[in-house]
Amino acid sequence: MALTSKPIEIRTSPHIRKAISVAQIMRNVVYALLPICAWSVYKFGLSALLLLLTTTVACALSESLFCWLSGRNNTVRDFSVIITGLLLGLTLPPGFPLWMAAVAGFMAIGLGKALFGGLGYNVMNPALVGRAFVQAAFPVAITTWTPAFVPGRFSEAIPSTLTTPFMTPPDATVWIQALAIDGFTGATPLALQKFEHISASTIDLLTGVLAGSAGESSALLVFLCGLYLALRGMMDWRIPAAVFTGTILTSLPFYLVSPEIYPSPQFMILSGGLMLGAMFMASDMVGSPLTPRGIWLYGFSIGFLTVMIRLFGGLTEGVMYAILIGNVLTPLIDSVTQPRVYGARRQEERP
Amino acid sequence: MNLNRIFNKYRTFPHGIHPLGHKELTAGKAIRRVAFAPEMVIPLSQHRGAPAVATVVPGQEVVRGEPIAEPGGFVSVPMHSPVTGSVKSIDALVPSAAGPKVRAIVIHTYEASTQEVLYDCPRDLESMTSEQLVQAVQDAGMVGLGGAAFPSHVKMLPPKGKKIDTLLVNGCECEPYLTCDHRIMLERADSLIRGIEMALRATGAGRAIIGVEDNKLDAVVHIRSRLPSGGRISVEAVETKYPQGAEKMLILALLKQEVPSGGIPADIGVAVYNVGTLAQLGDLVPESRGLIERVVTLSGPGIERPGNYLVPIGTPLRFLLGQARSRSDANEIIIGGPMMGMSVASLDVPVTKGVSGVVVLEPKDPDQRPRPIYPCIKCSDCLDACPVNLNPSMLGQLAQVREYGTMEQAYHLNDCFECGCCSYVCPSNIPLTQYFRIAKAINREAAVAAAH
Repeated sequence: MALTSKPIEIRTSPHIRKAISVAQIMRNVVYALLPICAWSVYKFGLSALLLLLTTTVACALSESLFCWLSGRNNTVRDFSVIITGLLLGLTLPPGFPLWMAAVAGFMAIGLGKALFGGLGYNVMNPALVGRAFVQAAFPVAITTWTPAFVPGRFSEAIPSTLTTPFMTPPDATVWIQALAIDGFTGATPLALQKFEHISASTIDLLTGVLAGSAGESSALLVFLCGLYLALRGMMDWRIPAAVFTGTILTSLPFYLVSPEIYPSPQFMILSGGLMLGAMFMASDMVGSPLTPRGIWLYGFSIGFLTVMIRLFGGLTEGVMYAILIGNVLTPLIDSVTQPRVYGARRQEERP
Repeated sequence: MNLNRIFNKYRTFPHGIHPLGHKELTAGKAIRRVAFAPEMVIPLSQHRGAPAVATVVPGQEVVRGEPIAEPGGFVSVPMHSPVTGSVKSIDALVPSAAGPKVRAIVIHTYEASTQEVLYDCPRDLESMTSEQLVQAVQDAGMVGLGGAAFPSHVKMLPPKGKKIDTLLVNGCECEPYLTCDHRIMLERADSLIRGIEMALRATGAGRAIIGVEDNKLDAVVHIRSRLPSGGRISVEAVETKYPQGAEKMLILALLKQEVPSGGIPADIGVAVYNVGTLAQLGDLVPESRGLIERVVTLSGPGIERPGNYLVPIGTPLRFLLGQARSRSDANEIIIGGPMMGMSVASLDVPVTKGVSGVVVLEPKDPDQRPRPIYPCIKCSDCLDACPVNLNPSMLGQLAQVREYGTMEQAYHLNDCFECGCCSYVCPSNIPLTQYFRIAKAINREAAVAAAH
């Protein structure tokens, strides 16, 4: 008899598993982000590359540090920290001083992730926590925008990039004037819309030739990269769908009442960080609800809040705070939208 | 939720998973008989309910098909001797698939015997009342052959005040690797139809629907061609999806009705039988025989001669695996399918009435690789997989902090039937199903302790 010569193992059912792991999902999100990073480097040159590298390395080092402090295995290899680093880099202005970017990366992991217990336990999206921190700490640097497609961008960094640590960056206007680019005001499409009611053209927003942070560029590219993840089943397509629906439904009434003052829904969706936020940040699994109804509610809320902040808030961009608020609301949304269990009596049938 | 699976023409239930079937290993293999093992082990408790009570004594000679144990109560069935031989012991302690050792009758097989079933007596079913039919089903020792091993006659007598109007015949066989029901539908369709007609009479149901997954359309066509006129029996294809063969899921797919939480199918007038059970009934009851053998799928990468075998009840796995040539580096032997089956700790475990398959895995199988456990990343894949719409992610987090009471009261733990879908899809490899099993066991113990 050719019976087993090895000791037989006892396992619990199910004995087969789907061939997918957390590291694999996270790795694919990184792959999906790489084309956006490449476009950003092409658009802003050396500075964007250095910025992305700095945030990613800062995040990875912070993760290692906190793992070491808490005596746990190093979790850098699950790739989730790389996503945080890249997303953070994409949301910052291309000329953002590198030392501030490193601070942002450290805060993102420390305050946004490690403090809550690491991957899976963070309440808010770590990249956005890091960005929110530097938004409060360095309000000038984070709103200083530089023009895209500057000649010589691959050989020379934007002056503010290489600011000495703990120093204020040099005034960007001098450098921008020296470049003598016509018509560059240092304002993003959202700011132009908000304060001067000039809407950028849809085509420009789709291709992303305008000023803004790296991630605010090319809505089309971001959408395609997100689509890749959705088709591979590694991102929940319902979340971006709900964010877009929420944005359209909220902004449409204003636009219909007064199209001269309020932007069109398509401008709302294509401008700013909404596309990147909806595709890669709101859809971050950890901070989004579990239940089917909760997912729709969460997405709608983010769309609604984004439009409200953009139209009536002091800031030009509201995606970051909308997603952070959505993240914080998630446990509440989950608890009120538990699915109806098979065979449970419906509400009206209860005695 | 997956974008690619929005359209499907066959009926089904929401959620569920699509594991690789591996059915091609054995689906084309006709049912073959295996040799009789030199020693048969028949546990007295191989069904749900009270254990059977031995009626033979050590040293007694028995013929194949002779009753050797009587039911220990209403929810219990008798046992019949699978071989002609002599009784060696009536209270041997043998290992079981579930783990604990159980009492069993051990019979030494007479090698010279022809092993012909002589212990039978043809009877006229037409003249029998439904009560007599139900009794005949119990006398045959019939239990659900799909794996649950619940005594068949009990389901024919619904609780007081309930009436069974629809009989569902489960030919889904949604577990990967298993093809025994598929072969039975192809090779024993007439027995199956005879069994269905008998069950219709015994339960008083007006119609029977055979539900078959759409990966077995040849069985659908074949059974349809054998159906009697009158239209009481129909065959419906349902989508190939795990766990389509779970009683509650099949009811939802075919009848668009839900069994109330905590209830049984009889509450909505339905009784569900496995095709293998009814095919056996159709063969056994007209001859007043007992259940002494069943079709078992032997498959998996660790088996050299996979196939569907007609195995005498009581054949030890060691003997059976020798017949089917298990490979020498096989490291896990699963009784039942790989989704809900149990891996055995000993090859001395015998084939019992509820064993529908034996799946043998090898270390090089992708499913046997070590899988690191990550924290829950709240991807909600388990919610989209759970056929009963639970929140396995939340339940898993509660289990980790030992909030077993909250799991039961606020998150419907007891509606979980441990199909394993959540563990299957979990990218963090959290053993959710095992957590729930443990939580249920702890809650049961707590309830017993509170009652005392």
